[in-house]
Amino acid sequence: MAGITLSNVRKTYAGGVAAVKGVSIDIEDGEFIVLVGPSGCGKSTLLRMVAGLEAITEGEISIGDRVVNKIEPADRDIAMVFQNYALYPHMTVYNNLAYGLKNRGIKKEEIDRRVREAARILEIADYLDRKPRALSGGQRQRVAMGRAIVREPKAFLFDEPLSNLDAKLRVQMRIEIKKLQKALGTTSLYVTHDQLEAMTLADRLVVLNGGQVEQIGTPIDVYENPASTFVASFIGSPAMNLMEIERDNAQWHLSRGDGLSLKSELEERSAILGLRPEDLHIVEDETQLEDPLVLSLIVSAVEPVGAESYVHATLGEQGQEVIVRAPGKQHFEVGSVLKVAAKREKLHFFSSETGKALTSTGKLQPA
Amino acid sequence: MKRVQFADPLMPYMLLLPQLLIVGIFFIWPAAEAVRSSFYLEDPFGFGSTFVGFDNFTDALTSSDYASTARFTLVFTALTTFFSLSIALLLAVKADSVIRGASTYRTLLMWVYAIAPPVAGLIGVMLFDQHIGPLKEFAGLLGWDMQIGVNYFDTAFCMIVIAVWKQVPINFIFFLSGLQSVPKSIQEAAAIDCRSGARRFWTVTFPLLAPTGFFLLIINITYALFETFGIIDLVLKGEPGNNPITLVYKVFLDGFRGNDLGGSSAQSVILMLLVFVLTIVQFRLIERRVHYN
Amino acid sequence: MKREHITDHLILILGAVFMIAPVIVAFMTSTHDAVSVYRNGLQMTWGGHFSDTYSAVLTEAGGFTKEVTGFTMLKNSMILGLGFAIGKIIISMLAAYAIVYFRFPLASFCFWVIFATLLLPLEVRILPSYEIVQGLGMMNSYSGLIVPLIASATGTFYFRQFFKSVPDELVEAARIDGAGPIKFFIDILVPLSKTMIAAIFIIMFVYGWNQYLWPTLITTDETFFTLVRGMRQILQVWIGAQIPETNQAMALAVLAMLPPVIVVIVFQSWFVKGLVESEK
Repeated sequence: MAGITLSNVRKTYAGGVAAVKGVSIDIEDGEFIVLVGPSGCGKSTLLRMVAGLEAITEGEISIGDRVVNKIEPADRDIAMVFQNYALYPHMTVYNNLAYGLKNRGIKKEEIDRRVREAARILEIADYLDRKPRALSGGQRQRVAMGRAIVREPKAFLFDEPLSNLDAKLRVQMRIEIKKLQKALGTTSLYVTHDQLEAMTLADRLVVLNGGQVEQIGTPIDVYENPASTFVASFIGSPAMNLMEIERDNAQWHLSRGDGLSLKSELEERSAILGLRPEDLHIVEDETQLEDPLVLSLIVSAVEPVGAESYVHATLGEQGQEVIVRAPGKQHFEVGSVLKVAAKREKLHFFSSETGKALTSTGKLQPA
Repeated sequence: MKRVQFADPLMPYMLLLPQLLIVGIFFIWPAAEAVRSSFYLEDPFGFGSTFVGFDNFTDALTSSDYASTARFTLVFTALTTFFSLSIALLLAVKADSVIRGASTYRTLLMWVYAIAPPVAGLIGVMLFDQHIGPLKEFAGLLGWDMQIGVNYFDTAFCMIVIAVWKQVPINFIFFLSGLQSVPKSIQEAAAIDCRSGARRFWTVTFPLLAPTGFFLLIINITYALFETFGIIDLVLKGEPGNNPITLVYKVFLDGFRGNDLGGSSAQSVILMLLVFVLTIVQFRLIERRVHYN
Repeated sequence: MKREHITDHLILILGAVFMIAPVIVAFMTSTHDAVSVYRNGLQMTWGGHFSDTYSAVLTEAGGFTKEVTGFTMLKNSMILGLGFAIGKIIISMLAAYAIVYFRFPLASFCFWVIFATLLLPLEVRILPSYEIVQGLGMMNSYSGLIVPLIASATGTFYFRQFFKSVPDELVEAARIDGAGPIKFFIDILVPLSKTMIAAIFIIMFVYGWNQYLWPTLITTDETFFTLVRGMRQILQVWIGAQIPETNQAMALAVLAMLPPVIVVIVFQSWFVKGLVESEK
């Protein structure tokens, strides 16, 4: 087992398109790292470079103490689980698991032992003689996992392995992958575009955007202290409410229209205010509050999802959209006025030029 | 192409070598030779050749012989294509709509695909024969004194019938698979929107078959131009006389019987251009077909 | 949804008769003797001379051809059909593998060279092809019969299309599993292509068996005649005869169509699938 180090890794395609623009990540031994981002952010390319399926244009990748830039995929001592599983359709499950081991010249008895052990762990022992097409989606997924396990590699690489499963199975497999990874203690690099999957699986998240790292951190850290508006809107569902604000002396208001007033010592002339839907609590009597921010909203639609409801509402004449997470029992009338407030520590400020978080500098205190 | 490819300095060339070698020797070289000799006048006794520029082309294109052959080829191609496509479409639509015996009909209507054109030609010649042919006899009952090999029109008729007979199966196969790939949901939507079955066919099914139809059109034109050689050769019994022949047959005749190397080559080059155009059109259509799917 | 109409069946039956009747006539005529055919024309009924006619055309030289028996022609047809199909599959599979799975500088050039063969059907280069084969001393030989036919791009295109449809991840998984190009080809790609190979084999066997123009040009020695090539000879002898052996001519026609017809009917579903899919 081993850690993985990426230092200033770049990928530029023949046409001049840069898919990965200088990414550095230090992955510790046994860690579960999830690369998350929208499609086209370079996460899969990055994973495939670690696997050796894409050439590295610039930078260095090492697995353990060995720089692997020029090493064949088969010799990198990694295993990969593909999105469509990439099982060999003409081979039985047993042979699918055994093929890579045979190619490495491992003894028959050892192959048999490993295959049966993996099959036992993944509960696919009954299907070893079947061909992949005779298996259900979930079973195929297990076989794909099994193919990775039998190699006893230094690292697992997962390329959106759950995206072909239905929602229920996805949740179930998600937990199993996490348990398995913890049990085996193998360093894992996992790619997904699903932020929920990323949050639940990761020891640490790497949020990618446009070929660059936006933020690296534990799921909670990333959620609570998003480093940029991109991370803020990508992680968390419903997404963080973002609104452009401007300063008039010490008084802040919406850039377009009114409906918001806020005191803050921010020095910028303008900024972006971020509010998580669950951080907005509904208030009856605003005069009693010490909260620095109170919004007066008009309810435009309600999405009840059971335990809670997402209240879509508008702020000001320009119709700034705001989503509020409210208890499921509460009833809302479309068109009615809704007052919400947020605590000081729940306000996020981002630069209106770069989108980077301003609070992280430490000196900014909302009034 | 694949995202991940093997990089081996030698292996791809080794893999391609057999094909490239054969292509080079038996395709590119003779084609280049045809182009070259189309600009030369070969001495019939083999004493060298003289460069004559485009003379062979102008000779070919201006000769009345060539013009009448081209005219017949056009008519032959048009009629063969039209009849084999429409008969096949009719049969495919019916075969798609029946339930009982569907697979039997399918087999009965497609197996003739496997028969070689000259074999079809031989059987056809016998069926139309002066003395023993039942079709000639049948035409006689209708007051048509059919004289294959003697009468220009009758010979052409015979060629077209055989050519259509031989080509219906492949069109049938493609039309039927085209019909079967029309999604059931579309047929059901059409059934709700439109009561008349015929109208439904022409407004919904037929347009959906259009890509298959265009594709087959090219296939059929190519067939009528080139692959009917065996049929024509058999119907003419190797003695063209004053009978209709196609352009390809004329290339063969002028080259092998007439020993007119330059003229035959010039005609070959003209045909190459024709194939070139047809191939381009075909590839355009295939691209479009992919979009449909 | 479907409603059956009697007219649908009528049209289909008419169509089936149109397709089958000529072959029935050919077969029935072949079971009569020459004299009765000469007197009474082609036959629609069983004549009882089946074994006479067929043993004569299969085993006796002379008649339509001077030196060869029908059996020899059948053998030659078989060699052409099988040799063509097998040769074509091997050559085009290798070429398509190189084009789809390898990165090399001349890839697109090679592809276009092969592609160009589509623009050059035999019919437009008859004479020079003949001369080149003659110059290479390949006249009247099986290699001269088969090899020049093998190289056209069709097979390569079929396999190229098919290989492109194989998921990319398979080769990636195979590389992680330590399979090189040869191992991947033998262990994964060939087994995956089994049905495709079968379908192409059927199409190519029929295509090779049915070749006419090329064998006509390069086989002048009767011992290399295929059945299909022999059709013209048969017709010419038939025309010149006092009492033409129509029954035997028809018997040879039946023999010439029998193997490809059987293959197409027996392997119908593969054949149709191969034909329709590969044209996409």
